[in-house]
Amino acid sequence: MIWNPNKECMSRDEMSALQGKRLHKIVEYVYHNVPFYRHKLQEMDIRPDDIQTIEDIKKLPFTTKKDLRDNYPFGLQAAPQSEIIRVHASSGTTGNPTIVGYTRKDIGVWSECMARCLTAYGITRDDTFSVAYGYGLFTGGLGAHYGVEHIGASVIPAGTGNTEKHLKLIRDLGITGIACTPSYALYLAETMDKMGIKKEDLKLRSGAFGAEPWTENMRKEIEERLGLKGYNLYGLSEIMGPCVSYECQEQNGSHICEDHFYPEIINPVTLESLPNGQSGELVFTTLTKEGMPLLRYRTRDLCSLMTGECGCGRTSIRMSRIEGRSDDMLIIRGINVFPSQVESVVLSMPEFAPRYLLVVDRVNNLDTLQVQVELRQEYFTATFDTPAAIDELEKKLAAKLKSVLSIAAKVQLKAPNTIERSQGKSAHIIDKRKL
Amino acid sequence: MTIHQLSIFIENRSGTLIKVLEALKEANIQIIASTIADTAEYGILRIVCAEPLRACEELKKAGIAVAISDVFALQLDNKPGCAADVIKLFSEAGISITYIYTFLYGGKGILVFRTDNTELARKTIADNNLPFIAEGALAQWP
Amino acid sequence: MYSNYLNPELETMFREQLEALQLERLQKTVRHCMNNEFYRKKFAEAGITPDDIKSLADVRRLPFTTKQDLRETYPFGMSCVPMRDCVRLHSSSGTTGNPTVILHTKKDLDEWANQVARNLWMVGLRPDDVFQNSSGYGMFTGGLGFQYGAEKLGMLTVPAAAGNSLRQIKFIKDFGTTAIHAVPSYITRLYEVMKEQGVDPRRDTKLKVLAIGAEPHSEEQRQRIEEMMGVKAYNSFGMSEMCGPGVGFECPEQNGMHFWEDYYIVEIVNPDTLEPVPDGEIGELVLTTLCREAMPLLRYRTRDLTRILGRSCPCGRNHVRLDRMKGRSDDMMVLRGVNIFPIQIEKILMQFSELANNYLITLTTDEENDNMTVEVELAHSTDDYAKLQALEKEIRRRLKDEILLTPIIKLVPLGSLPVSEGKAVRVVDKRKVYQ
Repeated sequence: MIWNPNKECMSRDEMSALQGKRLHKIVEYVYHNVPFYRHKLQEMDIRPDDIQTIEDIKKLPFTTKKDLRDNYPFGLQAAPQSEIIRVHASSGTTGNPTIVGYTRKDIGVWSECMARCLTAYGITRDDTFSVAYGYGLFTGGLGAHYGVEHIGASVIPAGTGNTEKHLKLIRDLGITGIACTPSYALYLAETMDKMGIKKEDLKLRSGAFGAEPWTENMRKEIEERLGLKGYNLYGLSEIMGPCVSYECQEQNGSHICEDHFYPEIINPVTLESLPNGQSGELVFTTLTKEGMPLLRYRTRDLCSLMTGECGCGRTSIRMSRIEGRSDDMLIIRGINVFPSQVESVVLSMPEFAPRYLLVVDRVNNLDTLQVQVELRQEYFTATFDTPAAIDELEKKLAAKLKSVLSIAAKVQLKAPNTIERSQGKSAHIIDKRKL
Repeated sequence: MTIHQLSIFIENRSGTLIKVLEALKEANIQIIASTIADTAEYGILRIVCAEPLRACEELKKAGIAVAISDVFALQLDNKPGCAADVIKLFSEAGISITYIYTFLYGGKGILVFRTDNTELARKTIADNNLPFIAEGALAQWP
Repeated sequence: MYSNYLNPELETMFREQLEALQLERLQKTVRHCMNNEFYRKKFAEAGITPDDIKSLADVRRLPFTTKQDLRETYPFGMSCVPMRDCVRLHSSSGTTGNPTVILHTKKDLDEWANQVARNLWMVGLRPDDVFQNSSGYGMFTGGLGFQYGAEKLGMLTVPAAAGNSLRQIKFIKDFGTTAIHAVPSYITRLYEVMKEQGVDPRRDTKLKVLAIGAEPHSEEQRQRIEEMMGVKAYNSFGMSEMCGPGVGFECPEQNGMHFWEDYYIVEIVNPDTLEPVPDGEIGELVLTTLCREAMPLLRYRTRDLTRILGRSCPCGRNHVRLDRMKGRSDDMMVLRGVNIFPIQIEKILMQFSELANNYLITLTTDEENDNMTVEVELAHSTDDYAKLQALEKEIRRRLKDEILLTPIIKLVPLGSLPVSEGKAVRVVDKRKVYQ
């Protein structure tokens, strides 16, 4: 089944023409509504009328996470505040999160694209679908949720946590579809074993998995243990949220909703465009977004693009699995974490030395994050001579980390001078997960 | 009315305790009593010793997280019930005790405790004429 | 430039018109219930047919519905529409038995959002406002309920979700948040953290409205919240069986909550005799839904105790005004918006062989925060501090999984909790909430 054959199966020429038209419009829109882009375009001596076809996109400047940070919170917003009905937030590289505002139309486009994904996964209005991404500022929960409602299936806003009750509902309600991170899917399988629930007891048949990298082996294991077919779901909040691309029944690359999000692959060092098929950094331009349109946003995700008609009949361009990152971002329980965020918190507390170590692990298919920090010798005073006082200090740091990272980190206090000084940036991280 | 106690943060892994003890040995400092409040990940080692201020300096030089805590030390007769009688006085005065330990020294029982209500504790000790140990007294113990 | 009312006609109807509308909708609802096996049987037992409902007073001829009925018909036995017309399912934090399942059609969701939007409009919020929803999301209806309502009104809606106070405060400042919805104990928690951070809500924020609900609180608590934050705090009533938040809300007069009688028939009955009590007398609130498609509920016994304050109001709305909830007619506790039955806690504690049978749950208001302390006796004494710590942590984790909030755990020696003669006293509620 195809949700919107007009768009998903458009001929390549028609698609390019549509993209060109929309690109011109969006450039004109940001030129007049976002001072940041106007200055940038003026500096480069580009006028909106210089952008007529989709090939002209190469003339446009890139946008980076740093630009979002520098314009926090609403500097890149193009629509007036009264038109914005929702904000989501994702991790910034330091203390400020990245804020994305959506108009009512944006939420509509998001639901439409999400409906395309779900339909490709075989979900219809007759299905009962559980959304087990986190709800709230993270785009996973509400994004998938609105899409399921849009196609008219019954949505169960399960959220994360309370896994046993969730499994009981999956069994008792005959839930047929689920959206969650692939590691949570495996955690579900583990909990099933513990509760003595067999995959035959469940009616699950389709899963939308995303928000963190996963492998073909993980897919096989999830499909085998949950008794469903698992599909990739890709998205990022800066561009929209989950819905940007999706696998079809062929499971051969993820179809991009390219009438809304135009993809390019560049060399992350030289910033040169790379031809289809070659791996590089994925770059997106939002073609229809009103709230916070972005030109050539550098996702830092490494992958390649595939053209050619797909067995499913869709003509849209596909992207490969994410092969890695061109920065040091970690994805932990579906949440993006930058070591620099941890650094900004540690530096803000004089009790700790400016050294830290992130230890990421996966225990029973759940990601864990431990932050090791050193107590600064001169801050260890008589007030700290009880475990209660030390716990208090650990809690204070944990609360600050949580406010910046959006996920809980376990703080481990180390004695002075026991964490090795880092040589280069990757030394801040020990990632014990095997991905 | 109080004595200096060393409070030392040590991680719960092998090699951390010996580092402290060796630093004290190096500095030729006699440990009189020690106790540890342990948790799953770290412990607070509490030491009563001769020359605590110098000991603190030496440990700091060795890169150890150490602080001086002022704690009360009372001298008790070495017979049953003495600790209970003393603590009862504090309890009745409404003083809560953060931690406590006892040791024998020169045939006498020594009771060490910390409270956040030091003023009231001083008053209770004075009012009841309790035999407290002053800083430096232990080092010169017969 | 805006009306005082979101639905002027419905909100300001005269009583006679309103009651005529109620009768029409009641007759429709009862006929609709005939689509459902459970109701058909109940009607047959009571010897009534839809044609017997000739006046509004005839509502008393209808059988009551209880939470027990919802559990026994779990999961879909109360549904009056085909599953394919359902687009949402919420499930309450059930007790040891089956959870309760509430279904919604698209129209149900729309009507729900309208009730919430009507409430928020009533207390002065308009599309230019910034609404931060600091309530739990997912299965808990306070999250999605307010999200949809605030978006329907057209406000910028921040799905901040519960917890992470530092980030909440950052957003309140950075986004210019004008309204917050949260459980009252969380507002006081936010204020505590604001104080710690040197943030003065009067000076440093644009707050003008607080919506508080989902947890019992006294008038004094409300006044203290208003004094702390320097803004009006309006009491909100909701329950997932009806839809969620939106059912009742205070108007600017703050003289009781208007219950929307175009959506519900409100009765107050004596919980023992089930006979109606005169206006002004305290009894159990019984609600009949008038607009629900997926799962209409007839004479649902809420177990909440309250009284009728009046049926007219200087604000111009003639919808019945009810006093704040005065207690419960069962042993359910409501803490930070979560419904908890003691049996849920017992069930978890009994899974630990290290624990003895005696336990005591104490609810306190400590520095304005509602807390739950669970004291439980250890089966054997031990001096292994690390092991006790680990045990405590595991109890805390499993309880959190079950009741969705984290209690304070106190492990106490065997025999140290009071032994009661006769029925064990398991819960001590020291909060001053029901006054």
